[in-house]
Amino acid sequence: MTLDEIFVLIGGILLIALVAWYFWFSSSEGAHAQSGTGGLQEALIKVKGGYSPNIVVVEAGKPVKLNFLREETAACSEQVVFPDFGKQATLTPHKTIPVEFTPEQPGEYEFQCAMGMLRGKLIVE
Amino acid sequence: MAKDIVCRMEVESPSDWQSTYQGETFEFCSEKCKNEFEENPEKFVTGKDKAGATYNITPNGVEKLQLPIVDMSCASCAVTIEKEIRRLPGIQKAVVNGATEKAYVEFDRSETSVTQIIGAIKKSGYKAGYATLRLGIGGMHCNSCVSQIERELDQTPGVLSASVDLGTESAVVKYLPSEVDMPAIKNIIERLGYETFEASRLSDPVEDDKKTGKQEKLKTKEEPVDENQLAREKEYKSLMWKFIFSAVISIPVMIFSYPDFLGLPDQFQRGTDLLYWIWFSMGVVTLPVMFWAGSHFYTGAWAAFKNRSANMHTLIAVGITAAWLYSTVAVLFPEIFPTEALAEVFYDVTAVVVALVDLGLALEIRAKGRSSEAIKKLMGLQAKTARVVRDGKEQDIPVEEVVLDDIIVVRPGEKIPVDGEIVEGSSAIDESMITGESIPVEKHTGDEVIGATINKTGSFKFRATKVGKDTALAQIVQMVEEAQSSKPPIQRVVDRVSGYFVPAVIILAIAAFVIWYLVGPAPALIYALVVAVTVLIIACPCALGLATPISLMVGVGKGAENGILIRSGEALETAQKLDAIVLDKTGTITEGQPSLTDVITANGFSEEDILAWSASVERASEHPLGEAIIRGAEDRSITLLDPKNFNAVPGHGVEANVEGRKVLLGNIKMMLDNNIDVGGLQDQSVTLADDGKTPMFVAVDGKAAGIVAVADTVKADSKEAIAQLKKMGLEVVMITGDNRRTADAIARQVGVDRVMAEVLPEDKAMNVQKLQNEGKRVAMVGDGINDAPALAQADIGLAIGTGTDVAIEASDITLIKGSLKGVVLAIQLSKATMRNIKQNLFGAFAYNTAGLPIAAGVFYPLFGLLLSPLIAAAAMAFSSVTVVTNANRLRKFQPKFSKAN
Repeated sequence: MTLDEIFVLIGGILLIALVAWYFWFSSSEGAHAQSGTGGLQEALIKVKGGYSPNIVVVEAGKPVKLNFLREETAACSEQVVFPDFGKQATLTPHKTIPVEFTPEQPGEYEFQCAMGMLRGKLIVE
Repeated sequence: MAKDIVCRMEVESPSDWQSTYQGETFEFCSEKCKNEFEENPEKFVTGKDKAGATYNITPNGVEKLQLPIVDMSCASCAVTIEKEIRRLPGIQKAVVNGATEKAYVEFDRSETSVTQIIGAIKKSGYKAGYATLRLGIGGMHCNSCVSQIERELDQTPGVLSASVDLGTESAVVKYLPSEVDMPAIKNIIERLGYETFEASRLSDPVEDDKKTGKQEKLKTKEEPVDENQLAREKEYKSLMWKFIFSAVISIPVMIFSYPDFLGLPDQFQRGTDLLYWIWFSMGVVTLPVMFWAGSHFYTGAWAAFKNRSANMHTLIAVGITAAWLYSTVAVLFPEIFPTEALAEVFYDVTAVVVALVDLGLALEIRAKGRSSEAIKKLMGLQAKTARVVRDGKEQDIPVEEVVLDDIIVVRPGEKIPVDGEIVEGSSAIDESMITGESIPVEKHTGDEVIGATINKTGSFKFRATKVGKDTALAQIVQMVEEAQSSKPPIQRVVDRVSGYFVPAVIILAIAAFVIWYLVGPAPALIYALVVAVTVLIIACPCALGLATPISLMVGVGKGAENGILIRSGEALETAQKLDAIVLDKTGTITEGQPSLTDVITANGFSEEDILAWSASVERASEHPLGEAIIRGAEDRSITLLDPKNFNAVPGHGVEANVEGRKVLLGNIKMMLDNNIDVGGLQDQSVTLADDGKTPMFVAVDGKAAGIVAVADTVKADSKEAIAQLKKMGLEVVMITGDNRRTADAIARQVGVDRVMAEVLPEDKAMNVQKLQNEGKRVAMVGDGINDAPALAQADIGLAIGTGTDVAIEASDITLIKGSLKGVVLAIQLSKATMRNIKQNLFGAFAYNTAGLPIAAGVFYPLFGLLLSPLIAAAAMAFSSVTVVTNANRLRKFQPKFSKAN
């Protein structure tokens, strides 16, 4: 095995490890929703190639209002779907579109675009 | 955190804006709120000016609310409503007055809201008499404007709730029409310095001929559906331009990437200065291809990367960047490569991949537009205006302003604006858009009409019973949307896979690169690069993610077009693998109400006379069987007379004097008690009873005159539908509370083999469970009210809708049209949709599992087969278009009813 081959092999293995760690084993911090009057929990989620923040933490039993602001026209993100709550919204570009519901059970619920390419998580505590 | 008492916002404490009043310090979000407070602190501290006839706030934070309730008919309703309201948190007092039809509620606003109270009233089966108004508001620039308007409206007596949206520049106000009206609400907003626009005027093009720019702008805001459509169109056009641009660039780039392969003249061959400069300029022109035509790949990839996830964009972005970087290094620093052959360019990969994927995305948008047609059609059905009678005058008002109990006039050819009940006139109504039934339905006074249906022949007036969000149409739209956003269980597997898919592809690409570099043929670096890029490009997570939702969308939409509301993906998946189906008899197989079936004469009396007398006697009774006889007589245009000395003998029958004759109508016991010889009529009555009918003897002046028989008749198409269900391999079971004889008679008529008779309503669920214990997946079809527990117990509950009540909680599938054929259709549609989903999933999985190894070069050692990244791009771009196109085939779904018996 020549030097460059050893270099490529080790580099490749390191890169694979990095990819696996970054996408699967590291975790990012969730954003806590703001609690307003009447216990309504609000959060603004920007949509552009993904959801930011993509993890929203809310409390169970209180109404949640997630304001989606889609800052692109790419068709992928046109819809946001909360399969566990049977909610969906068509996001008009550059408009704040609210999605409202009340999560009763604590747990982790996914939200995503219509084809599941963009994903976010709602953590109910 | 402190609370801004003016705008009710949470503010960081200590705030920059503070004010002291009566020894207490208040904190504000802005200068504006602080000033407003200081102008009149009393107003905010005590909430004094909130006093109003219907809405009150007491010093200790308890609010008093008075709400009118619609359609309260009895004293017990009051108790029901009170109970439901008291279940809410923070309710201190709830009294419902049956006489004034009003609810008085004292509650703590921090724990519950007016909307929740209204919801509770609705849950108890009644409605609060409030109206909803939508108004366009101009001149709002910030969130403080929003809170200012909301607060001002909230404090207006008669306004229940107000929500202002800056994004849509509109307000939704719930108010009591008896206390405040639309002009007053508009006035309040205008007084604050904002402009108001009537939602209706903005959405009705006829009325504003001279459209100003502002109105035009607001007009589009009124119709969010169209705006989304517009955005989609724009995106399509922009993608097409990007495609054309990158395609135009691709052609020369491709030609000069393979000078030897294409046999170009010598001056263009490798090593020449000319080709060097051509390559150099190719590197430059592919830059706008990457960063303009392919910009969405980078923004998408970056956004995903920040969220520690990866998607299709990531794969494409990495692929095209790798190709471009390698090429550019090869052009600029060819000397760093050990052999000249390695200094190869792949600008063609960059340009062609961007072009093809853009084209694929554009085509996908087009195809997806068609997939969601059904829901768009539904939303477009809503009428814009209604002609209501107010103060004795007919006036056209926007449909949003119609309130409960409004009397609405509908002329031939017009759309019925909201749900209601005819109070005057009759007509044939085309309900096909809601129920799927193509034949117009005759409607008379007292019949229910559904909003969005079309009045065909006559004029009539009706009373609005459901408006706004409660109309059948609004509920249908909501249910369809909910179902389309749910996931059938099959999708859970896909979800699990797709979470790992993209990073796995990246890992595969790196691994392929390493392996090709180590053991591949020379030039190893070139092969390794091409293989890695091909792997990245060919993977199509989109096709995988799209497969289920797109078919579900088309399938559920198709159901709605045919009057079948499938509530979730799960229902759809279960509905296609049923073993047995339980049909409730009354109202499902049969019409659900008795009608006159037979008149038998004896002793020389005529049919007309028997009917006239017996119907006349029944006029005084209120028995449903009596009503059937009256209807039967009226249908034969028989004139009824006034009965005298009416007397009901419980358990036996009724008697009265008609035209001086003593008429008896009842069972055999009644005849025997009155010493009437019924002779041969008794045998005939037994035969009738065997057929599931209820015979009643008629005697006139002590002499038997004949028999009238009534029965709940079988719906016209029940038999055909049941035959079809059996043909589909389902065990059909009938369930009923009726006695065995009647039940068997009906079962014979419609061809049901298994009958569960004499089942008490509360035992229906248990009987469904019994079938389930036999290891069968069971569907239950019933009316959704009495059968609710059984519907819930069954694997699939199908509720037969009654008029405008479509959102039946216990059901998984609601059939708006009362026909059993809908059950057949629902099952067939579920099967077709699931088949389509499976085809899509199979296709997407097969594509990826076959494509990825081929791209990685597993067939190279055996057959020398290696994919070009260009082929990979084409395959990837069209795989997702194929998925959408396949789903769109479902739009052509037609119910299959075999003609043969």
